[in-house]
Amino acid sequence: MFELLDQIFVLLKHSLVGLFPLWMQPVVSVLISVVVIICLFPALFALTTVLERKGLARIQNRIGPNRTGPFGILQPIADGIKSLTKEDIVPSSADGAVHFLAPIVLVVAVFMGFAVLPMGRNMTLVQMDAGLLFFFAIGASTELSVFMAGWSSRNKYSLLGAMRAVAQMISYEVPLLMSSVAVVMITGSLSLGKIVEAQNHYSWGLPHWYIFTPWGLAGFVMYAIAATAETNRSPFDLPEGESELVAGYHTEYSGFKFALFFLGEYLAMFSISGLGTTLFLGGWSAPLEILNWVPSWIWFFSKLMLSICVFIWLRGTLPRLRQDQLMNFAWKFVLPYTLLILMVTALWRFLGPGWQQWVYCSAILIFAYIAMARLGMRREHFGPRKYGYAE
Amino acid sequence: MLGEGILKGLAETAKNFAGSFFSAERLTTVEYPEDRIAPIEAARVFPILIYDGLDWEAGLRCVACQICEKECPPKCIFIEKSKDKKPDALGKPQFYPAEFDIDISVCMSCQICVEVCPFEAIKMDTVYELSTEDRFQGLLLDRRQLARPNRYFQQIHPTEAGVVDARLAADKVKSDAKAKAAADATAAKAAAGGATQAAPKPGEPKSGEGN
Repeated sequence: MFELLDQIFVLLKHSLVGLFPLWMQPVVSVLISVVVIICLFPALFALTTVLERKGLARIQNRIGPNRTGPFGILQPIADGIKSLTKEDIVPSSADGAVHFLAPIVLVVAVFMGFAVLPMGRNMTLVQMDAGLLFFFAIGASTELSVFMAGWSSRNKYSLLGAMRAVAQMISYEVPLLMSSVAVVMITGSLSLGKIVEAQNHYSWGLPHWYIFTPWGLAGFVMYAIAATAETNRSPFDLPEGESELVAGYHTEYSGFKFALFFLGEYLAMFSISGLGTTLFLGGWSAPLEILNWVPSWIWFFSKLMLSICVFIWLRGTLPRLRQDQLMNFAWKFVLPYTLLILMVTALWRFLGPGWQQWVYCSAILIFAYIAMARLGMRREHFGPRKYGYAE
Repeated sequence: MLGEGILKGLAETAKNFAGSFFSAERLTTVEYPEDRIAPIEAARVFPILIYDGLDWEAGLRCVACQICEKECPPKCIFIEKSKDKKPDALGKPQFYPAEFDIDISVCMSCQICVEVCPFEAIKMDTVYELSTEDRFQGLLLDRRQLARPNRYFQQIHPTEAGVVDARLAADKVKSDAKAKAAADATAAKAAAGGATQAAPKPGEPKSGEGN
């Protein structure tokens, strides 16, 4: 019974594919999965926009949207209709083709990331041996589309936003990769399916997720920071800092193209949360051995939504960083610390199981955290500025 | 330590999030069209013209002195003085506004017209739901639309209306006494000199100064 529930989507797909002649089956199989992903994640996006607006409202002691439908849950439909019926304005001096392509490239690139995410037992669209590599390669092309949007708009705010976005995404791409490499070092595989399998075993009923190891916890925190910056979420939302840059790189977009950017941003958040779940939170595996009967896809999506809630919580809490703070944080703290995590992970691996690896690795990581925070993030006091020639 | 402040902030927002579901003090939102907060006495929106008695046209306190028209910073008031005179509340013949228009799309609710009016004729209303489908004629109010009885003013601004009414009553008493004295004098003169007719000379009735 529980087996059936766990595999229900896989079995459904198999029976659907069986209706087609043999030569069509591979294409149909892929097509079905793609359609499901293309429908599922935008639906999740619609849900998340309401969740975000309601959550932020509650954090600010407001009620939030509550007019469209019961408790405002039909708000995304209203928003969608509004976006679709709005006039699509393209600036006369904009580069039309690039301006048109930018949102499409973004959404396509982001959707491709979902291809390798294991969303449940046997529920991966493409079983790729180098899934992690593919994910990051595709993920890096979102920078391209952001810059396409900013450049083609021929608007200084768009361009400034795009420049900020590219600078920020490239700076945080490095720690994002580094913290994932730690997982690869332990698992010995770039396949996301294998990474989940490696975490999917239990001792005393507790899971062996990587977040429950010292290097995994540190890596997860660094991954979360880098992922927030990578998806341009608050507090790293400088590229679209509405108080400074109108709306950043999508200033000149309206109507459905703007909606695509909006969608792309949230989809990027989903995919990066999904990857974080896969790498550190055990993917689709249950948090306790006795909960193993719950279908695996439920675990994956609840972990995903949990990380989305954390994103929303962070957005409701933190103010936006300044550009120099952003860069300082990336290069003086996050990057060195992720490099250290790599070292510690190697140490963990070679110390082998036992109490030593826990004690040594934790000690090194905690000490390094305090020391690097003191050194890298200390405030520099320059004192009053002297104007040598002005006096 | 790095990140300590972030944790504190997260705790604070979590407290807000949870608290807004349980404590009514935190959730201060008033859902406007259904719920409304009680009207505030000192609120002011757009000017209205006050009239005494029941007939709005006869009772308008305005004497078309045009001070408010001249003082209005955005120049939203238009007054046309009457050619003839008619007696005001004190019985003194006065001009009256043949036309008195206020364009509330221009009015900035500064209350300067109320401050300068020596006749307590123009006051601020508290009605704020004035949306209309015609943004030109619908927002240009004439004297009929602006006229409000004094009891309406007493209703919306009880404190201010009390002060104003007391002053007007005092003025009335004073002018009545003066008129009576003048009438007595005339009567005495008539009795003495046998003059057939003499208009009572009311002198200069002291009206309430506009604050």
